Amino acid sequence: MDDAAEKITEMQGYKLHVIETDKYKTNTFVWKMKAPLTKEDVTKRALLPQVMQSSSAKYASTTALRSYLDELYGAMFYVDLAKKGEYHIISFTLEIANEKFLSDPSPLLKKGFELLTEILTRPNINGTAFDHETVEKEKRTLKSRIQSVFDDKMRYSSVRLITEMCKGEPYALEVNGEAADVDTINPENLYEYFQKAFLEDEMDLYVIGDVNEEEVKNLAGELLKFESRKPKEIIKQEGNRNVQVNEVKEEQDIKQGKLNIGYRTNIVYGDEDYFALQVFNGIFGGFSHSKLFINVREKASLAYYAASRLESHKGLMMVMSGIDLKNYDQAVGIIHEQMEAMGKGDFTDQELAQTKAVIQNQMLETLDTTRGITEVLYHNVVAKTDINIETWLNEMQNTTKEEIVAVANKIALDTIYFLTGTEGGQ
Amino acid sequence: METISFEQLQEELYHEKLPNGLNVYILPKKGFNKTYATFTTKYGSVDNTFVPLGKDEYVKVPDGIAHFLEHKLFEKEDGDVFQQFSRQGASANAFTSFTRTAYLFSSTSDVEKNLETLIDFVQEPYFSEKTVEKEKGIIGQEITMYEDNADWRLYFGLIQNLYQNHPVKIDIAGTIESISHITKEWLYECYNTFYHPSNMLLFIVGPVEPEKIMNQVRDNQSKKEYKDQPEIKRKFEAEPAQAAEKKQVLEMNVQTSKSLVGIKALHVDQSGTDLLKSELTMNVLLDLLFGKSSENYNQLYNEGLIDETFSYDYTQEQGFGFAMIGGDTSEPSKLAEKLERMLLDAKNKNGFSEEQLERAKKKKIGGFLRAVNSPEYIANQFTRYAFNEMNLFDVVPTLEKITLMDIQSLAAEVISEERFSVCQVVPKK
Repeated sequence: MDDAAEKITEMQGYKLHVIETDKYKTNTFVWKMKAPLTKEDVTKRALLPQVMQSSSAKYASTTALRSYLDELYGAMFYVDLAKKGEYHIISFTLEIANEKFLSDPSPLLKKGFELLTEILTRPNINGTAFDHETVEKEKRTLKSRIQSVFDDKMRYSSVRLITEMCKGEPYALEVNGEAADVDTINPENLYEYFQKAFLEDEMDLYVIGDVNEEEVKNLAGELLKFESRKPKEIIKQEGNRNVQVNEVKEEQDIKQGKLNIGYRTNIVYGDEDYFALQVFNGIFGGFSHSKLFINVREKASLAYYAASRLESHKGLMMVMSGIDLKNYDQAVGIIHEQMEAMGKGDFTDQELAQTKAVIQNQMLETLDTTRGITEVLYHNVVAKTDINIETWLNEMQNTTKEEIVAVANKIALDTIYFLTGTEGGQ
Repeated sequence: METISFEQLQEELYHEKLPNGLNVYILPKKGFNKTYATFTTKYGSVDNTFVPLGKDEYVKVPDGIAHFLEHKLFEKEDGDVFQQFSRQGASANAFTSFTRTAYLFSSTSDVEKNLETLIDFVQEPYFSEKTVEKEKGIIGQEITMYEDNADWRLYFGLIQNLYQNHPVKIDIAGTIESISHITKEWLYECYNTFYHPSNMLLFIVGPVEPEKIMNQVRDNQSKKEYKDQPEIKRKFEAEPAQAAEKKQVLEMNVQTSKSLVGIKALHVDQSGTDLLKSELTMNVLLDLLFGKSSENYNQLYNEGLIDETFSYDYTQEQGFGFAMIGGDTSEPSKLAEKLERMLLDAKNKNGFSEEQLERAKKKKIGGFLRAVNSPEYIANQFTRYAFNEMNLFDVVPTLEKITLMDIQSLAAEVISEERFSVCQVVPKK
């Protein structure tokens, strides 16, 4: 898999990952910053990149910054946030056209690199505070983003499952932080946090495209320099083990019920049985040939979607389905049966082979997008592992039925959350 | 087989029209793992009144049937095609839009086998009463899911405001009531009318050898018997130029309001280069007016009337078209008023400079390069363009030719209060 072969260089204060490939018409930079997830910092970490992407010292207004991006052939620049286990990750992405596909030959890679540097290192500040107006505007936007989770019922129920299931653990914190904490942030303390984050976070830069590694290394070395650091680690705790299954029902004025079920897999990226967990999830609920889809949707006609997905660093598995309110017991029953079947090894060799083929396909397809490459490779940063794609695929393919059954028996049901309509059981 | 080269993009497209009328396009993409193929019929939710194959009279079919057919085509006498694709390491899917139904797979191995499966399953329908009934439960849940989705309700609400008669105003999936009338006979009638190869397009993009793939498709098709089909007769009622309703407010279980302003398109009889030019010019106009670098955007953002959900889009097809502008807002009515005023201002004054236009064009050209990184985008958009007699790869040359004059005359013509409408979602009291 040479298309995801990364060349890693230790730079000043961060790691540079270069992926040379000629399959794209653009070049992509992804700057990642990772820190432990804490209530104290999470809301600031949600606000900070929004403020930084609004303007900079040189491009002091959104209009100026966005006009310059348009000028660079509509370079795309955006930020996003993620939770990986109990870490909070900020990503800045800049995707810019490769000039060899344009009639205009101006060198865009360097300009892109310079713009990224400008945004990361020369913010729009007055003395020791961010621009006041920008901070106020972005606080307003952040509040509305936090609030809008409520309006997307699928997302809301997924979030509610996690807050119920991981109560008291850092993982229960939302990536966007908490509405009540937004108002405690001001231009001064946000700037302090900016300095702290660039001093303490673990930072990685991915550059993907038809680039030359030496050239990228030189540019990076020249443009981006930070203090060296020893990134903060979270102390791994045993996940809370609920002896009793927690069942939560919440009523809202909605038409379709949202059923979300959380399990502790007790397996994380880097563990020996992680690959068996991937295959387990594929047979159980990851795809349209999986047990959940076949039994909840195709056989019982209860739902349009019924699927499971993994959280690889915290060790969770979430099942989600949208069902009629009156079908709650039946749907939960069918899902439990599928889990029991997995624990008894009640799946065929064909299901196993089919699942491996589809996972292999999914992984290779993921590597066709720059975002996919970055996300796959970044697992190694979070888990402190060094698993290349080839190993990943081989290990997955070598998984045996016995290993999958063993995984199934390690997985523990934790919380059943149901967002139900006001008519109750109808 | 003809070869069409796009030098600036460094791409080559292969095309052949087979004797049965099927158009096949192949775009080799070196370096990609994935091959992506779509098999699309020019048949969507708006095609609800037509003369069925072999008959003389127009019929009106139940709402949601094109989408229902899409679901049912996956089911065969010996099981589900999804299963077969996944045994072959592929992931399959389908979607129904206003004007198209597309079936697709992507895979990184066994491409030929998967392509065979794709073509054969679409060309060999198997509908039975029992499975039709079972599907009503599943699609019923899909419909209910959308009923709770505020953004979807907002979008469709606005289309319903804009259109009086045109079936674009009917929800693609229909309603639980309308799908209850669907029978296997109806499905066969729609299938036989719209799934003839001459009404379809096959697009394959990925690390493939064009000659080999084309041979395979030729062989596959030559084994199947298709009689030449007369042109499909579709009927649409006359549609007034102005919006049907000025405003609609939907109360839903949300905390944040939403407001969307729509403009009903003119000249919806366009196709080919005219349509391409209209669509691109309108999109550039919207970028100039509401893009993140525009004055309007920054004014609205600074006043707290919009947030990051703000967006705008323009789409035009045979018989309908609309621009939509808006997003989440704390003041839905104020936002709608401001947007309408900004639009009317743009109609009345020549407010853009050459420099702004050049920047907006650069932005679109870069955006196009980014888009063609995606095999999905290429296959889906190419098909949409081809069904409207346009060529996706004409986008950049057409953009380059747009002038300030084009922008201003379009603004003067299309922006008009009588074609405005507003749809809002507000929290239930």
